[in-house]
Amino acid sequence: MRTFAPTNSVETDMTDRQLANSELGFLEYDPAPESASIAQLRPNYGLFVDGVFTDPGSHEQFTSINPANEEIVATVAQASAQDVDRAVTAARRAYDKVWSKTTGAERAKYLFRIARLIQERARELAVVETLDNGKPIRESRDVDVPLAAAHFFYYAGWADKLEHAGFGADPRSLGVAGQIIPWNFPLLMAAWKLAPALAAGNTCVLKPAETTPLSALILAEILQQAELPPGVVNIVTGDGSTGSALVDNPGVDKIAFTGSTEVGRSLQQRVATSQKRLTLELGGKGANIVFDDAPIDEVIEGIIDGIFFNQGHVCCAGSRLLVQETIADEVLRRLVRRVEQLRVGDPLDKNTDVGAINSAAQLARIRELSDVGEREGATRYTSSCALPVKGYWFAPTIFADVAQSHRIARDEIFGPVLSVLTFRTPEEAVAKANNTNYGLACGVWSEKGSRTLWVAQRLRAGVIWANTYNRFDPTSPFGGMRESGFGREGGRHGLEAYLNV
Amino acid sequence: MTTVPLRIVRETDRGVRIPLAATVPTVESEAQLRALLASLSGVDAVGAEARAARLATRSIKKSTKLAAINLAISMVDLTTLEGADTPGRVSSLCTKAMRPDPRDASVPHAAAVCVYPDLVAHARAVLADSPVKVASVATAFPSGRASLHVKLLDVTEAVAAGADEIDMVIDRGAFLSGRIGQVFDEIVAVREVCGAAHLKVILETGELVTYDNVRRASWIAMLGGADFIKTSTGKAAVSATGSTALVMLEAVRDFAEQTGRVVGVKVAGGIRTTKDAIRYLVLVNETVGATWLSPDYFRFGASSLLNDLLMQRLKQHRGAYVRPDEFSGD
Repeated sequence: MRTFAPTNSVETDMTDRQLANSELGFLEYDPAPESASIAQLRPNYGLFVDGVFTDPGSHEQFTSINPANEEIVATVAQASAQDVDRAVTAARRAYDKVWSKTTGAERAKYLFRIARLIQERARELAVVETLDNGKPIRESRDVDVPLAAAHFFYYAGWADKLEHAGFGADPRSLGVAGQIIPWNFPLLMAAWKLAPALAAGNTCVLKPAETTPLSALILAEILQQAELPPGVVNIVTGDGSTGSALVDNPGVDKIAFTGSTEVGRSLQQRVATSQKRLTLELGGKGANIVFDDAPIDEVIEGIIDGIFFNQGHVCCAGSRLLVQETIADEVLRRLVRRVEQLRVGDPLDKNTDVGAINSAAQLARIRELSDVGEREGATRYTSSCALPVKGYWFAPTIFADVAQSHRIARDEIFGPVLSVLTFRTPEEAVAKANNTNYGLACGVWSEKGSRTLWVAQRLRAGVIWANTYNRFDPTSPFGGMRESGFGREGGRHGLEAYLNV
Repeated sequence: MTTVPLRIVRETDRGVRIPLAATVPTVESEAQLRALLASLSGVDAVGAEARAARLATRSIKKSTKLAAINLAISMVDLTTLEGADTPGRVSSLCTKAMRPDPRDASVPHAAAVCVYPDLVAHARAVLADSPVKVASVATAFPSGRASLHVKLLDVTEAVAAGADEIDMVIDRGAFLSGRIGQVFDEIVAVREVCGAAHLKVILETGELVTYDNVRRASWIAMLGGADFIKTSTGKAAVSATGSTALVMLEAVRDFAEQTGRVVGVKVAGGIRTTKDAIRYLVLVNETVGATWLSPDYFRFGASSLLNDLLMQRLKQHRGAYVRPDEFSGD
């Protein structure tokens, strides 16, 4: 065999040649911001009840701010229990008089229209979402808004085929659904809730999160444009008290909640004494399991997507990395390098990878748990990226040497913080992954299909991704086990939550 | 409870770590080469394509765009590889490469002119002592279906005629039938007859099909002594794509970190627009970093790309598009 001998192969001095220009990111990108004026927001919004925007009885208002700069984006109405009751009454009337008598094909027509209108106003919705939530425009543009439209398209298809959904010959709707959604994917969560409910023939009262009400209000305008009959969807903005009023309202037949495990637990207690049906989609502490035969470059991207997508404000985030000990050092080295490369900053900049933390309260929680992580003795790697002075920001952070008993391995941080743990055998990986109160999502990375399936069968989680993470599709059911909640959203299974089966 | 100080990322954790001294492993047998290739991580096609697609959404504007256009111009291997090539056509290509926009001296020259071996002498004469290199395809380009003897003669003649760079093709037939030792040996043999000329090894990724193959072929070429690994001949149905370029960039990055040798990447075939070129530069920027953002380590094999770059460059300066006829055809 002929060999190639490099000219300077004798020296073995392994001093790193860390040239100043060999750092990643030499080609600095000029800002490429999407224009905030595309949002065309009104200075204030009322409650969307019975097809029109109305003032709340109390005339109380609150502001929604842009977490990237703490500026006020718009003022919205604070709904009281009376306002919620007005919305539930409108929903009941619409259910009795119109929606329950509307054929599936007719309901589908409205859902298709809504989907098309979301697509038409996609750019505006993306900007509103980014202004209100702080997420990068790349994600609101490429994920949130297209997926929201996709959910309406998907459930439009089911509306006249319910008898084929596997829930009996003539499944009936439930009535009025009270839906409470979180701040991490405001528009997308509204779509996840409204689309199956409407397709199944229910009317809705939707309560967006206090810090992110705006995209739902633009959606209300879209419902008007789509000429959806008044009262079929009502949107009441407000804080936790508004949500409570909705849960306690006797006119509601079903509560669907996405949010924290803490609130979910109290909801279940309160709903227990009523006839109301309940589905909960709560927190998580997703394990991303990496075997040593996994495709390493894609693993790194998958880990990054798993924890830094949407600043880690994802209930199914892969916040626990379980990596096989044989490749742990290599994975960590590559991961740290990749984290350094993440572009943190102005969420409206099309090149931003990681945006702002949604609220001061959430930032405080992330800081608190990261401090705990340091105190517990984990090794902290924090990106050296510059953070804007105003607004709520947290640099992407990785904790290595995390033990299963550390709080950062157990508590949901809901921020851009990854805990790295190691395992030796597939059995140990499964045991560690399952050693949590949650059970929402896990990822498995291996080139060996049989092992992936072996592991997936043993993981106690509602969603398992193989060689990918944080992929969503309307055809695929999503939901949790144990303290991550119950009920499924998306796919055929998502209809069950809104049918009398 | 002990307090562990916050460990901000160390300087050496930030970028690609290139060891000072070269320690390329010496390949002594096909079995050893096979084991080395088997130790490489696989590529997940869905993930690699998603990563390339996401990087393609980067928005490059204003001064960054201008810098990228200038950089791209300096990376062009202005290419003519037609049966109908004549000394006249090669002359005009050389003139264009030395001075892409005769009215503006601030436009950088192209990296090289790329021709068939029989036109190397002519190109050399026209380019004389200009910094534009003469690159020649060789080794029975584009199919590579000739004996080693013929291939080596092809290279020897091109080098003798004044080629600074040799673009060889690997034996895809040998690779696909598992004779990787033969592929490696050929590269080493060509490397030897290249002498001082730089060697670019064309993998023809469109014929290797899978990303795993692309990664393995990249390593064979780098171990064999390639100065550049190149995607395609431009003659196959599928030429350079963002995802194959990504996989090759990952290969040169890992190789540099392990051996201290920085190998370049050349993308070729179907790259016609500034937008395409900038997407590749973003891939380079975010995969391997600044070391590779130089004509020494990244090239575009193209013909019509140069005029689009010139047009977009003028647009950046003037604020409005100019007619395509503002620039010479070749």
